[in-house]
Amino acid sequence: MSANRAVPKLCVQGLDLYYGDFQALINVSLEITERRITALIGPSGCGKSTLLRTFNRMNDLIVGCKVVGDVELDGRSIYAPNRNVDDLRKRIGMVFQRPNPFPLSVYENVAYGARIHGLAAGAALDAIVEQSLAAVDLWSGLKDRLDDNALTLSGEQQQRLCIARVLAVEPDVLLMDEPCSALDPVATMRVEELMQELVDRYTIVIVTHNMQQAARVSQDTGFMLLGELVEIGPTNQVFTSPRDQRTEDYVSGRFG
Amino acid sequence: MRFRLPEKVVERSLLLVAMSSVAILLLITVFIFREGGPLLVQVGLGNFFSGAWDPQHDQYGIALMVVGSFAVTSGALLIGVPFGIACAIVLAEMAPPRARSILKPAIEVLAGIPSVVYGFMGIVVLLPMIRTHIGGPGASALAGSIILGIMVLPTVIGISVDALQAVPRSYREASLALGATQWQTIRRVVLPAARSGIVAAVILGMGRAVGETMAVIMVAGNSVQMPHSPLDSVRTLTANIALEMGYAAGDHRAALFATGIVLFVIIMILNTLANLARGRLKKRSVVVVTLAATAADLVKPRAKPEEQ
Repeated sequence: MSANRAVPKLCVQGLDLYYGDFQALINVSLEITERRITALIGPSGCGKSTLLRTFNRMNDLIVGCKVVGDVELDGRSIYAPNRNVDDLRKRIGMVFQRPNPFPLSVYENVAYGARIHGLAAGAALDAIVEQSLAAVDLWSGLKDRLDDNALTLSGEQQQRLCIARVLAVEPDVLLMDEPCSALDPVATMRVEELMQELVDRYTIVIVTHNMQQAARVSQDTGFMLLGELVEIGPTNQVFTSPRDQRTEDYVSGRFG
Repeated sequence: MRFRLPEKVVERSLLLVAMSSVAILLLITVFIFREGGPLLVQVGLGNFFSGAWDPQHDQYGIALMVVGSFAVTSGALLIGVPFGIACAIVLAEMAPPRARSILKPAIEVLAGIPSVVYGFMGIVVLLPMIRTHIGGPGASALAGSIILGIMVLPTVIGISVDALQAVPRSYREASLALGATQWQTIRRVVLPAARSGIVAAVILGMGRAVGETMAVIMVAGNSVQMPHSPLDSVRTLTANIALEMGYAAGDHRAALFATGIVLFVIIMILNTLANLARGRLKKRSVVVVTLAATAADLVKPRAKPEEQ
């Protein structure tokens, strides 16, 4: 594995996050390297999903949520007052825990982002839909079912569709919040294979409660506990020779 | 130890009380159909839906009243639906909690104002305004539409808000996470997802407008005529019953009950459509519908209501 030590794609510096009086993230700092899969692991409630949602400012939607510190995308602060949040979210796509396609046709789901951002129309839009569905290996199976309601697809197809929907707006970064937790083992394996294909073109950050998954798919792993980022490093090292005793206890299954 | 009613007894008596409302509904249904049904058979549906209403000469055609009801109801929806849906969007999606805490009770009060007060406001404020600024006598289909448009607001808003709030949060998150603005999210995801509920809101609002009586009598003019403009006076089905019931006897009285049957059927159809739109008419309610219809059949073979 070649460690690319250029400018980090995402850089988090001294991040504190509060839900009202509760501090959910405590002085988190990390760098996420371009075109690698970074996994965030840790027990439930450790703040890994919260951290993920600071990258595309989805925490803004939660009343009483306050962020101190900074996150930079390509060296530019995403919490700067003049930052366009809609544009930020276009560049940092998100795949959720439960597949959440819109109750629209397969085509309209994929075309949605391109339409709202005015990226394309007509034949160009058709091309985007085809490319995006092809990128998640759905095109051959669904090209004759583009008008079907997306809710009629299987769970795995729905989650792939959600990934295609994100790819259609050509983001730089893919955030995945436990993307396989609602899928069976076979579907999980195939989505993991898909991530390996996508990492050639995208920077991927995945939150997972499944340590084996983190070990299988990621190049870097960060371990979180009670709002703190305990350690982050190459996945191999975190799993075989962690620097922190707490990480060792967790990855060896002593708690969690 | 104190005496306690056995649980079963309590349950059964409460069930009995609850069922009595169904029984009352059935009795009303049977009564209306018994009073009006024979006349419908006697004059025939063709004559009953003709344009000649002249009780003195045994002419009982209600077409003009159907037109009147249709006119004020569609006018009311034209006014009330855009307002109502806009208000529901603000309430469900946009309003900060403080604004919501003012808006919601205000709309509930709107629903609680007696219809005679709406009618009175119409007479005092609306009719002079129409007379001076637009023309005509004032009392008109337009005035009825405006008053009814306001009166359907609580129905349209309440059910639309429920429909919007039932849209899963995950749809909104998915849309926002793709970089959509809040308005794009509402227009392209939330509204389409809530469409069936909003359709139900419009249909129930329509039912409210068709059934309203007092306010319409006070502002719509009530002449039995074919309206040629919104400024013409119209008489609705409900107004027809209320205005003539006091002195009607014999066939005339039966004809008013038959008008009631028409209203009854319209409301029933609207309610069923609204429930279908909301996907509420599941197997169990179909059973209830069938039971109610069958029970009515047993009481009086001629009465055949498809009430749910």
